[in-house]
Amino acid sequence: MEKEFTPVSIPTSLYKKIEEKIKGTEFSSVSSYVTKVLRENLAKNEDNKEVFSPEEEEKIKERLKALGYID
Amino acid sequence: MIAPHGGKLVNRLMDEKKKADILARASRLVSLTLDSDLVSDLENIATGVYSPLEGFLNQADFLSVLNQMRLANDLPWTIPIVIDVDRELAAKIRPGQEVLLRTEELKPVGLLTVEDIYDYNKEEFCLRVYGTTDPKHPGVSRVLAMKEALLGGPVELLELEPTPYDRYRLSPRETRILFKEKGWRTVVGFQTRNTPHLGHEYVQKAALTFTDGLFINPVIGRKKKGDFKDEVILASYEELIKHYYLRERAVMAILKMEMRYAGPREAIHHAIIRKNFGCTHIIIGRDHAGVGNYYHPYAAQEIFEEFPDLGIVPLFFKSFFFCQKCGSIENEKTCPHQASSHLQFSGTRIRELLVRGEIPPKELMRPEVARIILSFDNPFND
Repeated sequence: MEKEFTPVSIPTSLYKKIEEKIKGTEFSSVSSYVTKVLRENLAKNEDNKEVFSPEEEEKIKERLKALGYID
Repeated sequence: MIAPHGGKLVNRLMDEKKKADILARASRLVSLTLDSDLVSDLENIATGVYSPLEGFLNQADFLSVLNQMRLANDLPWTIPIVIDVDRELAAKIRPGQEVLLRTEELKPVGLLTVEDIYDYNKEEFCLRVYGTTDPKHPGVSRVLAMKEALLGGPVELLELEPTPYDRYRLSPRETRILFKEKGWRTVVGFQTRNTPHLGHEYVQKAALTFTDGLFINPVIGRKKKGDFKDEVILASYEELIKHYYLRERAVMAILKMEMRYAGPREAIHHAIIRKNFGCTHIIIGRDHAGVGNYYHPYAAQEIFEEFPDLGIVPLFFKSFFFCQKCGSIENEKTCPHQASSHLQFSGTRIRELLVRGEIPPKELMRPEVARIILSFDNPFND
C-alpha cells in the first residue's frame, strides 16, 4: 500500500527556511519535517475523553482494596 | 491523567443480556478456536490494553501498520494484531457475519463481527515487523505457522479467562484509578520478562527519581525456551519489592500477552500499552524486546524518533555494570576504570550460576531474589 499524500500550502519564504534548516539532518524533505512537527503538535493537544462514573470508580477501588493495592 | 492512545479507553466487554443471547445461539454460529495467545489479544482489545483497537485489524489497517507503522487514521501502531483462518473456513464467512470465538477447550470466549477477509504475504509480514525472514526468529516462526487468511473486525469479550496470577491482573481502568488513588501524576512503566538483577533495580530507581510512581509490568504468556517461568518472575519481584521498594511508590501487575521479539517495533507497542495503563513514561533499555543478534542494541531506542506523536515519554538507558573500584553501578559514561574491574549484568552468566544452584554475587543480584529463584525446582521454560 502506497502512502497517500495531499498538498498543503505554506509561504515560500517559510519553505525555503525549512529547506535550509534540514540540510544534513535525517529529514529527506520539507514535507517529512512538516509532517513530524505537525504530528508532534497535534499529540500535545490530545484529549483525554476518559471519564469514570462514580459507581465504576467505587467498584474498582473495592477490587484494588481487596487485592491489597490500596488501603 | 495521560490520555489513552487515541483518546479513549476501549471497552468491549459484553453485557449480561448479550452474553446470554450469544450463548443461546452458540451452536448455530460459525466458530473459530483461538490459541492462548489469541485469547490474550482478544482480552487486551476488550479491556482497553490495546486502545484504540476495537477488534482485529482489517486489511487497510493491517497494510498501514506493516508499511507505515501507523493505523490507517495515522495513529502510531507497529504490531499487527490479527486473527488467522484457513482458506476452507474463510470461504464460509462473509462480511457482516458473526463468528463465535472459542478457547482451545472449546469454551465460548468472544464474538467477532467480520468486517473483511483477506490474504496476506507472510514474507512481507516478517520482513516489515521482524526485519528478517529467518525461521529461527521466534516471531517469524510464529508467522510462518499462521493460516493463509486473516479476518478483520470488531470483537466483544464474554469474560476474561482465569489465570493463576489473577491477583496481579489489572485492567487499564483499574491501573488508572490506582495511580490516581496513590496521587501519582507521573508514572514510569517497566516492561519485563525476566527476574530482576541489580541492573534492573538501578534503572527502575533512577527513573523513579524523576517520577511519582513505578509500574512494574511483567509479561505473562508464551515465551521462548530458557526464559524464566512466569511464577518465578512474579515471586522474585514480590521479594524485591518487599525488601527494597517503598510500597507507596511501586506497584506490580501482569500483562497477559505473548512476547513477539520484534525489537524496535515491539518497543513502540510496549510504550502504547503502558500509555493505556496510565504511564507517562516508559523505560527502554538496551536491546528492548530483542532476541539473538537480529537488532542493533539501540534500535529500540532510535525508533522513537519516528513517533513524535506517541504521547508517552521514553526514558533511554544504556548498559550498566558493577564497577568493583567505584563500588557502585556505573556505565561507560561514568566509570574511569578498566573493563577488568567491571562485573557485567549478563543474564546468561546469572542464569548459569542459578542453574548450578549457586547464588550470584550480591553486586549482581539481591540474595533474597536469588534464593526465591532457587526455591523452584526448575525456574526455566522447557
